[in-house]
Amino acid sequence: MTSTYQRLDRNRMAARVAHDIPEGAYVNLGIGLPTLVANHLPRDREILLQSENGILGMGPAPPAGQEDEDLINAGKQPVTLLRGGAYFHHADSFAMMRGGHLDICVLGAFQVSATGDLANWHTGAPDAIPAVGGAMDLAIGAKQVFVMMEHLTKSGEPKIVERCSYPLTGIGCVSRIYTDLAVIDVTRTGLQAVEWVDGLSFEELARLTGAPLSRAQARRAA
Amino acid sequence: MIDKTVASLAEAVADIHDGATVLIGGFGSAGQPGELIDALIEQGAKDLTIVNNNAGNADYGLAALLKARRVRKIVCSFPRQTDSYVFDALYRAGEIELELVPQGNLAERIRAAGAGIGAFYTPTGYGTLLAQGKETRRIGDRDYVLEYPIHADFALIKALRGDRWGNLVYRKAGRNFGPIMATAAKCTIAQVREIVALGELDPEVIVTPGIFVRRIVEVPAHAARAAAPSVPQA
Repeated sequence: MTSTYQRLDRNRMAARVAHDIPEGAYVNLGIGLPTLVANHLPRDREILLQSENGILGMGPAPPAGQEDEDLINAGKQPVTLLRGGAYFHHADSFAMMRGGHLDICVLGAFQVSATGDLANWHTGAPDAIPAVGGAMDLAIGAKQVFVMMEHLTKSGEPKIVERCSYPLTGIGCVSRIYTDLAVIDVTRTGLQAVEWVDGLSFEELARLTGAPLSRAQARRAA
Repeated sequence: MIDKTVASLAEAVADIHDGATVLIGGFGSAGQPGELIDALIEQGAKDLTIVNNNAGNADYGLAALLKARRVRKIVCSFPRQTDSYVFDALYRAGEIELELVPQGNLAERIRAAGAGIGAFYTPTGYGTLLAQGKETRRIGDRDYVLEYPIHADFALIKALRGDRWGNLVYRKAGRNFGPIMATAAKCTIAQVREIVALGELDPEVIVTPGIFVRRIVEVPAHAARAAAPSVPQA
């Protein structure tokens, strides 16, 4: 029997992550997929975005023609500053991360392990040029680390694994994983599926996950 | 009378020697002291060790310095970008050495150098490839890696305004590495859009006090090179 289920597209994944970001949170969104979360933050909550290059209170992209080369995000795209926002130098920016002042960071990933190890900076391929940026600081610094990624690789392999085969970014640092199929918490007793898309059975989700998975006590519909 | 202003970019970088370690401010194009880098290319110093967050964009600024084969080693956190083709080609050809450093460790190692810290324990990178071979220590319930400061011979930075004592204020997120790099070099050279009279910078908002700056050179905004894109590319 084949079940029919619809994967969340990138925007619905971003909206799902945004839903969990509370009023008053200081948040860093990693480059790539997590950047989309900014478009879905609930308008009735005051949430402050931090950018590693020295911005707190980062706003959306400016209208065409109003870009400023000194006002860019970590992905080097033009952004704006909200009223009340602040600029600061790099040592202060990374003190915000390493010092545990950020409530949440959202990062993309190649792999997450059963114990919350994160691999997201380097494939380890011999011809790859490695680049790490702020990923290692964010991974170990933020109070909560959310990972946002596809559940499976393009070739259909689970990205949630018993042990990461790619080089690590941080050890035991991931708190929650948001994929196009499910929301999974990393707990001291292992991975717990909090919710998964309609039409997908828990058993099928577990089969698509490369590490043991249990059901959280209260399952919510995705 | 203290006067740190110099009349030309060429004079500002004249004594940068072969083999020097040079901190270069900027995050991508933001805050990158492009005109000082152009002057350094013109000046001709080679076998440089360059410290920057990135490894150059397109063909201008830091990328142009790399393209001119003046850089033996680059210390950075994020060399690979969509427009880092100059670095990519040199790296693949084995013609440049790369020391990859997590961005916060890069910032803190620079800060430590400027603040007279001998070394420091950081949790960032523990258990990863980038901490291989480094001393570690468990403090409380956490594991840390010992990291050493990055001292430099020169720092090239960009600020918005400065005065003849070397006090600086920056512009928006162009500030990034400037203030910490200013502290970590034996000779810090700042390019500013405008040199103002002493007292014109509000002492409450001076970001880099002049003690950290050796030379300051004015590069008005209208003199910015046409080669640099007005909108940074991702």
